[in-house]
Amino acid sequence: MKPAPFAYARARSVAHAIELLGTDDARLLAGGQSLIATLNMRLSEPALLVDINGIGGLDRITVENAHVEIGALVRYAQAERSIEIARAAPLIALALPHIGHPAIRNRGTVGGSIAFADPAAELPACLVALGGEMAIVGPKGQRVIKADDFFKDLFETALTPRDVLTAIRVPAARADTRVGFAEFARRHGDYAMVGLAACARADGQRLANLRLAYFGVGPTPVRARNAEPALADGDIEGAVSALARDLDPPDDMQTSSAVKTHLAGVLLRRVARQLSGAPP
Amino acid sequence: MSERFHEVAITVNGEEVRERIDARKTLVDFLREDLALTGSHVGCEHGVCGACSVRVDGAVVRGCLMLAVQCDGARVDTIEGVTDTDEIADLQQAFITRNALQCGYCTPGMLLAAQELLACGGIPSREQIRMHLSGNYCRCTGYQAIVDAVEAVAQARAGAKR
Repeated sequence: MKPAPFAYARARSVAHAIELLGTDDARLLAGGQSLIATLNMRLSEPALLVDINGIGGLDRITVENAHVEIGALVRYAQAERSIEIARAAPLIALALPHIGHPAIRNRGTVGGSIAFADPAAELPACLVALGGEMAIVGPKGQRVIKADDFFKDLFETALTPRDVLTAIRVPAARADTRVGFAEFARRHGDYAMVGLAACARADGQRLANLRLAYFGVGPTPVRARNAEPALADGDIEGAVSALARDLDPPDDMQTSSAVKTHLAGVLLRRVARQLSGAPP
Repeated sequence: MSERFHEVAITVNGEEVRERIDARKTLVDFLREDLALTGSHVGCEHGVCGACSVRVDGAVVRGCLMLAVQCDGARVDTIEGVTDTDEIADLQQAFITRNALQCGYCTPGMLLAAQELLACGGIPSREQIRMHLSGNYCRCTGYQAIVDAVEAVAQARAGAKR
């Protein structure tokens, strides 16, 4: 199918993009790897597309003040090649090869994944696991929103229609940072049936500040708050049992709720090994 | 300017093309319908099958998930272009030799995706080849022969360099 007609404008700056987004029924176009598919299928018929790909300065990766900042227009392939991300954001480095296929990663952007907030996408869960934050510019100026407060509901975020997500920030990894990532997908690169992103700090035999963020199991990334304390104390099977209280995944076309819950436990055991520093 | 139609200049297979384009036209439709470059195929139209793969500024992208109007000022290479330059002649020959195609619908996209991996150099493992081609569906071959062909070319190119 082909998209319905729309007008198209190239934003010259973030301020210009916000001005253009004042048009009724305007949508922001970054990598387009989800948006253009929905246009082709006419699931979305905006009046205007505001293309932000030409805005300079949104494609930088920087490490400063113990944080990694990734510009919204950084493409997945660029992030995969980044030494800064490999070193200072190892959870994101683990997740990147699972996002789509190489041709999708050449074009899709980090900001697009966060702003679109597909419940089965990898990066939103990574941001929740890392306790990251989003830098946003809107008509009233800049603001920063924590990942915990950003993902509101199915495809719904703290962004208003006139906001531009400009960057994401996550704490830079330290020597005692432990991360884990695993997912099940029908075909490598497809959206996950279930996935898990995890981050913690090694604290002797324990894990401190452990955050387990599942994706593909609800309308937003879901923290496994009952499993976290059990796993932090090294009780892997206790943590797997606790998932029954943490997760209530809906059936979808491919996978029943019961299967997803089972797979969530399998992923937890795998990620527990990664968090303990054992080879995957 | 928030208009539906835009004047664009795109370098397609080394030649500059100037056209007035409807913003809603995808890159692959522009190549096929306006430039008669029908080597890039239209399959699923939502980024799943990889039949529409083309190169934009050197990177393989989905031709159905990029608008032609976005390519203003860009360099676009299609299967016709890389065939004319002989860039992938060895890969095309290996596909024929090993029966790595049957109906041929996926082949242009498969070749461009494989060439992107091979251009990284070295000899990728079969697993790496499969991962890199995971976004390109083939419904005829079962992939085995495609992986064979890509692996053979990687080995031949590495050998030629020594």
